[in-house]
Amino acid sequence: MAEVLDVAIRLAVIVIAFLTLPLIVGQTEHKAMAHMQSRLGPMYAGGFHGWAQLIADGVKFAQKEDVIPVAADRRVFSIAPAVALVPYLVVMVVIPVGPGLFGTDLDAGLFFVLAVMGVGVLGSIMAGWSSANKYSVLGGMRAAAQLTSYELPLVLAASSVAMAAGTLSLPGIVEAWRWWWLPWQAIGAVVFFIAGLAELRRPPFDMPIAESEIIMGPMTEYTGIRFALFMLAEYVGIVVLSALTTVLFLGGWHGPLLPGPIWTLIKVFVLAFVVIWVRVTFPRLRADQLQKLAWIGLVPLALLQLALTGVVRVLAG
Amino acid sequence: MNGYFGSYAVVAVMLAIGVAIFAGALLVNRLLRPSHPTPEKLLTYECGVDPVGEGWAQSQIRYYVFTYLYVVFAVDAVFLFPWATVFAAPGFGMTTLVEMFVFLAFIAIGILYAWRKRVLAWT
Repeated sequence: MAEVLDVAIRLAVIVIAFLTLPLIVGQTEHKAMAHMQSRLGPMYAGGFHGWAQLIADGVKFAQKEDVIPVAADRRVFSIAPAVALVPYLVVMVVIPVGPGLFGTDLDAGLFFVLAVMGVGVLGSIMAGWSSANKYSVLGGMRAAAQLTSYELPLVLAASSVAMAAGTLSLPGIVEAWRWWWLPWQAIGAVVFFIAGLAELRRPPFDMPIAESEIIMGPMTEYTGIRFALFMLAEYVGIVVLSALTTVLFLGGWHGPLLPGPIWTLIKVFVLAFVVIWVRVTFPRLRADQLQKLAWIGLVPLALLQLALTGVVRVLAG
Repeated sequence: MNGYFGSYAVVAVMLAIGVAIFAGALLVNRLLRPSHPTPEKLLTYECGVDPVGEGWAQSQIRYYVFTYLYVVFAVDAVFLFPWATVFAAPGFGMTTLVEMFVFLAFIAIGILYAWRKRVLAWT
């Protein structure tokens, strides 16, 4: 009984984090982006600096009419947001926040995370194809091309950490982490983070949803709550990517003075801020530049990191 | 929840919760939303003009080669993970390191070949 209760509390905390952290990141994005562009951003909802803006948006989305075009493939169209959103929740089960603080510890944790996140990207391909809209089909195809190209550097960079730690369990990786892994795994960390950004289709890698040329890509035909769930998936994705980079490359809960979970949260939010910062700073990459960056830039760098990790690990004993 | 199946049971529960969240959101939406469908509203969006032809339009997919490349490399990468956990174990050491460089050389030559064949170029 106590065991079931323990699991229930862990899952409840994860669900709360799943529903609140994306809102915090989203609000931070509203405000940080606004100030970087000499605007104020939302100021009215909730009174203090528009803190309730996203809650208001959510309430609005929940009341909107559900429009599914007659031409669309209804069944696939309706479940696509779930396919995009749910995998991120499932991934959050295995991400450790502190020593012993995780939903569950899987032996193949890292492998599981990469596999499940791969399912999430199917959501936008499904949405793109089922909408029966030319823009959506184009967007879906671009998404498919981008995701296949960036999955590889992501997987290679992650396996470099598995080699260094000698385990695939995420808490095990954080426990094995030492400060000198920072310079040692630096290339892998950068490759992982950039490839992760591309997987999330965040600017500057937002070619699939490039709103100035293909409306909203795969999401063109979506309205109301389904669109809101796609948006939620994007922001949960930011949280998950930042958390994974923290756990794999930045030592998770390791840090002086403050308690472990606080360190994890600090690192996650700093990385989430970098995601927002990058969005404001860089122009969108063209489709061919995107592919070139993956195959001629990130994949060779990831292979270099693998070689470096292997040599250091074997020679250092 | 201990053991192999115990830890995956937790994952399965989480999956169920995720599906429940999605279903709950749609249910709330169903209770709150108006519904006044008109033929115009249900028309495919195409910049405000009537859609031409159907949505599943024929288009040139320039990227299919990347999919092949990806499949080849991803299959390699899958085998990397079990190897990564044991390669530095006592008794392996240098042997596995040499094997790793053989593996890396194969992938690197593959990419080099694709690049020289101009597979990675736009046109």
